[in-house]
Amino acid sequence: MSVIVSVKNLTRNFDVSKPWLNRVIERLSKRNLTAVSDVSFDVEENTVYALVGESGSGKSTIGKMIVGLLNPSQGTVEIEGVNLATETDEDKIATVRSDIQMVFQDPYASLNPRWKVRDIIAEPAAAQGEATEGLSEKLLEQVGLSASDANKFPHEFSGGQRQRICVARALASEPNLIVCDEPTSALDVSVQAQVLNLMSDLKDEFGLTYLFISHDLTVIQHMADKIGVLYLGRLVEEAAPTDLFGNPQHPYTQMLLEAAPRMDGFGREVEPPEGEIPDPISPPSGCAFHPRCPLAIDRCAKERPELTVKDSTRVACFKPGEKAV
Amino acid sequence: MSQPVLSVRDLVVEIPTRHGLLKPVDGVSYDIMPGEILGVVGESGAGKSMTGNAVIGLLDRPARISEGEIHLNGERIDNLSLRELRRYRGKQIGMVFQDPLTSLNPLLPIGDQLTETIQEHLSVSNSEAHNRAVAALEEVGIPAAAERIGSYPHEFSGGMRQRVVIALALCAEPTLVIADEPTTALDVSVQAQITALLKRLCRERGMAVMLVTHDMGVIAETADRVAVMYAGKLAELGPVRDVIGSPRHPYTDGLMGSTPLASKGKRRLHQIPGNMPRLGNLPDGCAFHPRCPYTQEKCLQNPGPRLKTTDGRAACWFPLDAPAAAKGVA
Repeated sequence: MSVIVSVKNLTRNFDVSKPWLNRVIERLSKRNLTAVSDVSFDVEENTVYALVGESGSGKSTIGKMIVGLLNPSQGTVEIEGVNLATETDEDKIATVRSDIQMVFQDPYASLNPRWKVRDIIAEPAAAQGEATEGLSEKLLEQVGLSASDANKFPHEFSGGQRQRICVARALASEPNLIVCDEPTSALDVSVQAQVLNLMSDLKDEFGLTYLFISHDLTVIQHMADKIGVLYLGRLVEEAAPTDLFGNPQHPYTQMLLEAAPRMDGFGREVEPPEGEIPDPISPPSGCAFHPRCPLAIDRCAKERPELTVKDSTRVACFKPGEKAV
Repeated sequence: MSQPVLSVRDLVVEIPTRHGLLKPVDGVSYDIMPGEILGVVGESGAGKSMTGNAVIGLLDRPARISEGEIHLNGERIDNLSLRELRRYRGKQIGMVFQDPLTSLNPLLPIGDQLTETIQEHLSVSNSEAHNRAVAALEEVGIPAAAERIGSYPHEFSGGMRQRVVIALALCAEPTLVIADEPTTALDVSVQAQITALLKRLCRERGMAVMLVTHDMGVIAETADRVAVMYAGKLAELGPVRDVIGSPRHPYTDGLMGSTPLASKGKRRLHQIPGNMPRLGNLPDGCAFHPRCPYTQEKCLQNPGPRLKTTDGRAACWFPLDAPAAAKGVA
């Protein structure tokens, strides 16, 4: 298996300072928000790598950096061995760019309402100067719509159908990697099932690789081959679904799994997790999870644990695998 | 058996449009007992929020209740004037909406919003109202409530804001709370906190709660009974354990199968073919028949039997029996 995406020590800061005049008058210093901090992982070809985390954990920021919508502050993203941020060879950049596509969360906001579906779907191929004759019709049929839908406008479709159009558009430039940022969060369960099945089928048919970003653990469990759990911009655990859901190592992962609702949890009394995600502008010292962690020791507040390999998983914790009683 | 807090009988909500009469809620009946949480599930457009809004009298014109009755603690409330309804809203029925940011006034400190509600419904002095507001915030688990009472909504996080909204819904001590997707905008860990809070308050105060959501997992853990809605009608109603564990209506069965929670490692999720029909274009007979794997002749002409009472299970001519449901749809 070859590695298609390699992310190394990826960090992204956002400047969230007030305007400079306010800073002068109110004597404020500059403020930085670290959305992603020192994240490294590899995605292997023809697999689904899932990033899961709560809001503010930096999962969408990582997705945007991988497709090149944002530049990293530090660290590198290599796709098929090419670092888009530093590569100077135009041809290489063009090839890699056409190999990456993205599907966004909101199918109502990500389709131009004034364009016909035919033009929307053909756009990625047209942008590279490829022939687009009959392309949209072919792709529409592949995603389970009919070829005659190419003449319609986006408002004529339901949410699930729109997301199919988004998937068709992502396929137009024959990509290898598709970054899916919460692709089914705006959809109903029965429609979600249709879209997830479609995505699985297309993956097998075209040999696609997905980077799948979601906050929904059940969707992740169903789709992923490997899961990275993010907390406050840091990768805290990475494992295959069976390991992660069967034997979570990091206390945050344990907490998340415990809190997730279950279909068979009739009248289940869970002790809900304490606290909320801290402010990313001034994150806690050491391990970001230590103020909420039931296992925290003094060391956790001082040192930041590195990701270390334990069996088949990678976990960033000083007491991996211990269960909070 | 005690009297139900809320009793809805054959409720029909109509919206007259240029293209004809739409019925987003069509013949819905259910009861909620004191201390009971009724979960209402369904996909978007199934009429679940519309049912909740009809109960509290928040239907936007031209939508109107055209048939049926709503009784709250034995009193009929569906035919009250707006002025009369104000005595019930907030006082006897509390409402928790999906988005905690838009359901609070951003220009007023939360304390003012709470005391306003309290004084509207209870004749208490300013200082008593203030004390009650602090107590309400403490009850929903806001730390340092006495200090935070002067804060504005934007100074709270999403989960804390939803707690404020719940405090607001509860401060006049209602007997019924309608929670419309209360946790949908929240993260998993915060969602667990909010559902635990709702459960605790329901138990301690003996309130009736109508929990509207599309999340089966939340329903399974929180609700006592569940009502499944499809195209404005009740498809199935029963104890949560039975409905989720062994669904009788083919729609419920399909819905359960398509949640990834239930897939248990299967490669493909079960799909319900097609889409929910539009309200203006409902099929004849049972609204689910074009998508139903068990459709027979009778389903094409006759709408599914209406669920009359609280113990009727599925609005289906050919309900699945327990073993078939357990096998699921291949």
